[in-house]
Amino acid sequence: MSQAAAAVQTDTHAEHHEELSFLYKYILPVDHKIIGMQYIFTGMIMAIIGGYFAYAFRMQLAFPGELVPLYGLVGPGEYNMLVTNHGTIMIFWVAMPVLIAGFGNYLIPLMIGCDDMVFPRLNRLSYQIFLVSALVLIASFFVRGGGFGGAWTSYPPLSSVAEYSLTDWGASLWILAVALEFVSFLLGGINFVTTSMNARAPGMKMLDIPIAVWFIVVAVILFMASVGPLVAGAVMLFMDQRIGTTFFLPSGGGDPLLWQHLFWFFGHPEVYVVLLPTLGIVAEIITVFSRKKLFGYRTVLYTAFATGGLSFVVWAHHQFIAGIDPRMANVFTVTTVLISIPLAEMMFSYIATLYGGSIELKTPMLWALSFIAAFLIGGVTGIYLGASAMDVYFHDSYFVLAHFHYTFFPITIIGMFAALTYWFPKMFGRMMNETLGKIHFWGTFIPFNCIFLPLFFLGLAGQHRRIYNYEHFPDLATQELQNIRIFATVSLVVMLIFQLVFIYNFFVSMFKGKKAPNNPWNANTLEWTIPSPPQHGNFKDLPTVYRGPYEYSVPGREKDYWPQNEPPEEN
Amino acid sequence: MIEYFVENASSFAGDIDNLFLVITLIIGFWFFLTFGILVYFIVKFRRKDGVKAKYFAGEKHSETKWTHYPHYAVIAMDVVIIAVNIMVWVNIKQTLPPRDNLVRVIGQQWTWSFIHAGPDGELDTPDDVATVNDLHLKLGDTYHFELQSRDVLHNFAVPAFRLRQDAVPGRTISGWFKPTKTGTYDLQCAEMCGYGHGIMGAAVTVHSAESYETTMAQIQNGTYESHYQKRMGTKTSLPSNTSQVDEEGSFAVLLASIF
Repeated sequence: MSQAAAAVQTDTHAEHHEELSFLYKYILPVDHKIIGMQYIFTGMIMAIIGGYFAYAFRMQLAFPGELVPLYGLVGPGEYNMLVTNHGTIMIFWVAMPVLIAGFGNYLIPLMIGCDDMVFPRLNRLSYQIFLVSALVLIASFFVRGGGFGGAWTSYPPLSSVAEYSLTDWGASLWILAVALEFVSFLLGGINFVTTSMNARAPGMKMLDIPIAVWFIVVAVILFMASVGPLVAGAVMLFMDQRIGTTFFLPSGGGDPLLWQHLFWFFGHPEVYVVLLPTLGIVAEIITVFSRKKLFGYRTVLYTAFATGGLSFVVWAHHQFIAGIDPRMANVFTVTTVLISIPLAEMMFSYIATLYGGSIELKTPMLWALSFIAAFLIGGVTGIYLGASAMDVYFHDSYFVLAHFHYTFFPITIIGMFAALTYWFPKMFGRMMNETLGKIHFWGTFIPFNCIFLPLFFLGLAGQHRRIYNYEHFPDLATQELQNIRIFATVSLVVMLIFQLVFIYNFFVSMFKGKKAPNNPWNANTLEWTIPSPPQHGNFKDLPTVYRGPYEYSVPGREKDYWPQNEPPEEN
Repeated sequence: MIEYFVENASSFAGDIDNLFLVITLIIGFWFFLTFGILVYFIVKFRRKDGVKAKYFAGEKHSETKWTHYPHYAVIAMDVVIIAVNIMVWVNIKQTLPPRDNLVRVIGQQWTWSFIHAGPDGELDTPDDVATVNDLHLKLGDTYHFELQSRDVLHNFAVPAFRLRQDAVPGRTISGWFKPTKTGTYDLQCAEMCGYGHGIMGAAVTVHSAESYETTMAQIQNGTYESHYQKRMGTKTSLPSNTSQVDEEGSFAVLLASIF
């Protein structure tokens, strides 16, 4: 950092340019980039735990009662604990930290052209609480009685009465961990919204903000607006467990359905909370790699608002047959099916963006396109489940499971890989190996479909969820169905093995990869105008923005991209 | 399509299968259309040297019609799905046709108890017949069920009937079904209910009229052999009260063990 450049900075930023000790740079950072990476790395470690759990219980399903290599015997209680915590980890400790907190932290200040989040210390506190929540969750696996096994939805009375769940402390630590995690993201969320609204580079109008930033902001607003009831519910559940209140216990005048309303009032917007950041990431990648302006920027943005708004009035489609008034189901069917309207429009816009493009199938683009393809399956199968009468058959079946894995897997895993491979050069200043990246892509995407497509058919056959061994259900214990289970499990193992390619590629490229230029993909957004990796404080001179983020292949220009901060040519 | 995997053994199973077919046709059309266009674009617009990408914003009407018109079609198809769905739903869950027979279904960790109304068609009378993990139904009777739970949430699920309904402690939930095919089917608990969730199954047997009477008589005189246990072979470790019924007083013992 040259003295001359430092002098240009306003005085409030001067402190950023002192050399920080290792402790303050990497362990207790206030720099949004380091905090973002802390979130991403924590999320990836949790993803390994979640994947390991999936491996253990899938092996039990395929080969019931046999010792699972690298795990051991999976009994019924253990099976419940594994599926419960697989779900919890993948949603709350992988999707949320990586997509929202991780990439949100890393990208928002870089993409809107400011030096850091507006509340850097709040940001650091947010990560620290998140880390504590992850540790509390991991601790819950080792207490007396084992980890919580009442499904990630933790419906009371099973979750609120220790005699029913048989996991006295596991259940309490689980709900405590979830509540802590929400506190963490509330702190982070307020920071994201404030930063994006108040700290944009001069000239960046609302409709010049990259879609990735917009969608994270919308997601965070959804999260903050919906999480309140669930935090209240979590406190009530904790009190039911520990001090004997009866909010959810009918014998004491409570109602188990209350929890379901509180949970799903949060739980359904939550789906869009994790979906929107990935949609934003995909928008960035498909425009760059097809050299095209995004089709209908405003349409895409408004459909996200519409999806977000609608997502608050669909929650009871998780409860069609839970004992709610059946007349209510009709209302929620209508709202649920209506969600297909903005989302279909958004998907059409994304596909229309490819029209007339100059598509280059680099690894990030493969991930982004595969997201669209996989999410289409997840989206259309959602229509079945939005229809209340179909739910009479599909509730808690493998059809539901296959459906939401076709949404959550693309969102979480494909979205994470798309973002990581795309911004890797910016994060670490080196390029990832393209060949290994493609091997990893195909080695993940093909087995992914082999795992979850067959599960739709198991759902059609009436197979219900969270059963450790189908031998107890003669109609489901046939050899044909068992073969499908084995096929899915083998595909999962293949997919997990291919993740080693990614881990190898990731770490070797981080230290030995080809040096990355400032703008390896010829992209327009502001993060690509500064060195890779960006210095502390990001920009030497805060940029001025002249145009929207997707001005690719503008006619009459020699270069097919036009960075947002490049002054217009004088004529 | 569903009947290819599971028998349809209730009067409304066909409705649900048809709804499934309607939705499959509609979304299948959209899926293959959209997926086809996506693949076509990816293949057609691969990078070629010297060919520059088109530049348009997708804001003008001449451009947006390509996404808006299909989008209006999506809305129209949504209306169809909603309409068909509501017809089926109202029939299954919102209306209660007059009953021929009555049964009380009680879920508890991790077993099902059934109280059949007996000849008088009323519950809580002396001619009630109670069984554990064995539900016996008469072909063609419209059954009302009273669903209860003793402890946590359970879900009364019979795939062959296309029926699922949560049992909520503290409530009695009513519903109906009408078996239309004889045979023995799986009954599942389809809501996570704790350690034994994976073994909480039962057998539903749909009898012809005379077979039904014989079975009921067998249950009452203690010569009955549990269909559930027969079906499970030796795989189950769950004791079934019904198979151990003996001599006088045993029925009272059985009831006492249930309540």
